[in-house]
Amino acid sequence: MFEELWAILASTIRVTTPLLFAALGGLYSERSGVVNIALEGKMLVGAFAAAAVALATHSPWLGAAAGAGAGALAGVAYALFVIRWRADQIVAGTAINFLAIGLPPFLCKVLYDSTGGTPSLALSDRFTFEPVALVALALLLTWFWMRRSRSGLWVQFAGEHPQALDAAGVGVNRTRWMAVLMGGVLAGVGGATLSISLSSSFTREMSAGRGFMALAALILGKWRPLPTAAACVLFGLADAMQIRLQGVKLGGGAPIPTQFIQILPYVVTILVLAGVVGQSRAPKALGLSFRKA
Amino acid sequence: MPRTETSASGAEAPAVELVGLSKTFGSVRANDAVSFRVERGSIHGVIGENGAGKSTAMKMLYGIYTPDAGKILVEGKVRRWRSPQDAIAAGIGMVHQHFMLAGPHSALDNILLGAETSRRAWSWLPPPLRPIDRSAARAKLQALAERYSLPVDWDTPVERLPVGIQQRIEILKLLYRDARILILDEPTAVLTPQETQDLFANLRRLRGEGKTVLIITHKLKEVMAVTDRVTVFRGGKVTGGVETEATSPQELADLMVGRAVHLQVKVPPQPEPGQAALRLRDLKLTGREGGVERLKGVSLEVRSGEVVGIAGVEGNGQSELLESILRPAELLSGRVEVLGQDVTDLPTAEIKAMGVGWVPEDRHRDGLLLNRPVRENFLLGLQSSAAFSRSGLVQWGEVDAAVKRALEEYDVRPRDPDVNAGGLSGGNQQKLIIAREFERKPRLLVAAQPTRGVDVGAIEFIHDRILKARTEGAGVLLVSSELDEVLALSDRILVLYEGRIVAEFTRAQADEKRIGAAMGGSA
Repeated sequence: MFEELWAILASTIRVTTPLLFAALGGLYSERSGVVNIALEGKMLVGAFAAAAVALATHSPWLGAAAGAGAGALAGVAYALFVIRWRADQIVAGTAINFLAIGLPPFLCKVLYDSTGGTPSLALSDRFTFEPVALVALALLLTWFWMRRSRSGLWVQFAGEHPQALDAAGVGVNRTRWMAVLMGGVLAGVGGATLSISLSSSFTREMSAGRGFMALAALILGKWRPLPTAAACVLFGLADAMQIRLQGVKLGGGAPIPTQFIQILPYVVTILVLAGVVGQSRAPKALGLSFRKA
Repeated sequence: MPRTETSASGAEAPAVELVGLSKTFGSVRANDAVSFRVERGSIHGVIGENGAGKSTAMKMLYGIYTPDAGKILVEGKVRRWRSPQDAIAAGIGMVHQHFMLAGPHSALDNILLGAETSRRAWSWLPPPLRPIDRSAARAKLQALAERYSLPVDWDTPVERLPVGIQQRIEILKLLYRDARILILDEPTAVLTPQETQDLFANLRRLRGEGKTVLIITHKLKEVMAVTDRVTVFRGGKVTGGVETEATSPQELADLMVGRAVHLQVKVPPQPEPGQAALRLRDLKLTGREGGVERLKGVSLEVRSGEVVGIAGVEGNGQSELLESILRPAELLSGRVEVLGQDVTDLPTAEIKAMGVGWVPEDRHRDGLLLNRPVRENFLLGLQSSAAFSRSGLVQWGEVDAAVKRALEEYDVRPRDPDVNAGGLSGGNQQKLIIAREFERKPRLLVAAQPTRGVDVGAIEFIHDRILKARTEGAGVLLVSSELDEVLALSDRILVLYEGRIVAEFTRAQADEKRIGAAMGGSA
């Protein structure tokens, strides 16, 4: 019994890690007023870059760094469109997501002559517990940064009342750029966690909606670091249960079809959001581009 | 850094001196050789109609606009700003009409934003990452608050504080940045009469401490009450500078408009009130965002031949009350009767067709199609009426004749049916709406904020028209955040506070102090 609980707990922590990275990434961006529907895409490019670099260098650390860089690069592309050119954030984010679905398999074809994904990493080239420690550190630093630091306050005002921030002499779009880049880095590392820690290679669309689930966790957590982390753990638990429940037989001996079990985390997401969405208040200027008066 | 050069005058130079400032936007000369000076330690009124150029001048002084020509002297030094930050550094601060406050954040954070300090121990970090020393900020603010008697709860989210306190926070924001010259843009627009009195007391205290205050306003009564000197703008120029003691509201109004104006509304005798034109029964409505009840059981009656005024600070249910007359279907509960008929289940068009004239509170959103010509705007809502429509086709010839006549009668300028409504001034837009709504020969007239953003001259005209409708036997419901307007026009006054009618006064009983108290919730 205890062993079973331990196993579920360990599994929960493992699957929560990429989710929490992505949710923290979304937190930076969304608190600054920039919708981050492109989290999914940033995770995907991060996952691919991490696997490719870890494969070439045999270093998971360099792999994770590459994931961060790829996420940041996607962040630059996104920020150019939505901050610099004031494109619609949902449309631009969706475009990035599509690009991120298509680009890695194309590169896999070029690099490895395989459209399925990257070749498998050796066990020694993969992370084990490191991402968990990293995400815990990222969570604590984010929490402290938002409560206490100057730029933490700026980011919150950029999303809540950008005119006030501008009137106070702090550049709104500059603040948003930094927040979106930071968001890209974290989402990219989240993706890296998928390909070099939870599994041993990059596979097509391996993020499987985690970017969107991270957004849901952000809403459920009211855009605050600790409650968002709690929401991620809830979704992680649903995911862990889903893995454990596969193959479990009903009383009559027939196994529950895996498809039904696999939808568990998504069902939890929908139910939770349906119950919460009205009460959770988004940053006031979320999704609105800023132009100086 | 702003460039600085010292002019002749020494320590006793005026706080601000504008010399020949000009600014042109496109083909509009917003400021034409504007010159005036503001003495140190004084409260200085800057008045003028909309578009007279007073805001443009203040925005140049504050560094939002760059002058095309002319000089700005602050405390005797010629200054050139590249942005408001330069002006702030030189000791100038501005409280905007729409507060620059983030609702969920504390007063403390709103004030120290952009001027955060950190402890020495964190200096190894890059500046943006350094933790904020909030206790130092709190101590400095506490001292300021005590010195100027401006107490504020530092830790409550500002959205939970009354508007008067929010304004106090804006003023503290300036003091925190060591502003010596404070510009307040229409500071009383959102305040109750009592809060206005408090504000004036605070401004006098600031003056006593040597601060210089500039107030941009169009309310002559307040100019008379609080200022030492007044500068009057008209058509982009300064048309007068007077000592407040030596002037009168009448003189100021004439200077603003450029002709003699009747400040006092001449109210004709009230006709014998007749049948109920509008009857509301226990209206309840929740806000758009759900949850909070915005109307908590409002009942009232407007009889034909009377003006019923709704007084109240904005946001106490006025918009919802208006909404529920034209769209009763959205009510949670209650009953709306127009001219004796229950209209609760009728669509808007049918309600209006019964003879309801409607002057919406936001004319840009609900009153006009700004990028369509005056002709079409005049027809709006009348397109299926028998006068302008035959077999489902608009009779443009008849529309044109009616528009020409209406533009003349209601003095809408320019008299051009082809110009887009967005090209008219606020006053002329409002007159166009009134012309249209009176075309129905309304038996019930609902006028919401009828003179908002409208010049003094047009106000006079609009007030006359409203009273004329009453003389002709229409029932009039007037909703206005200008208490003076409600007082001048209404036969009965109801005070709306937090979704309830909390007090009622007849014209004879109406007393500004008691109404003001009711508006603040202490009826």
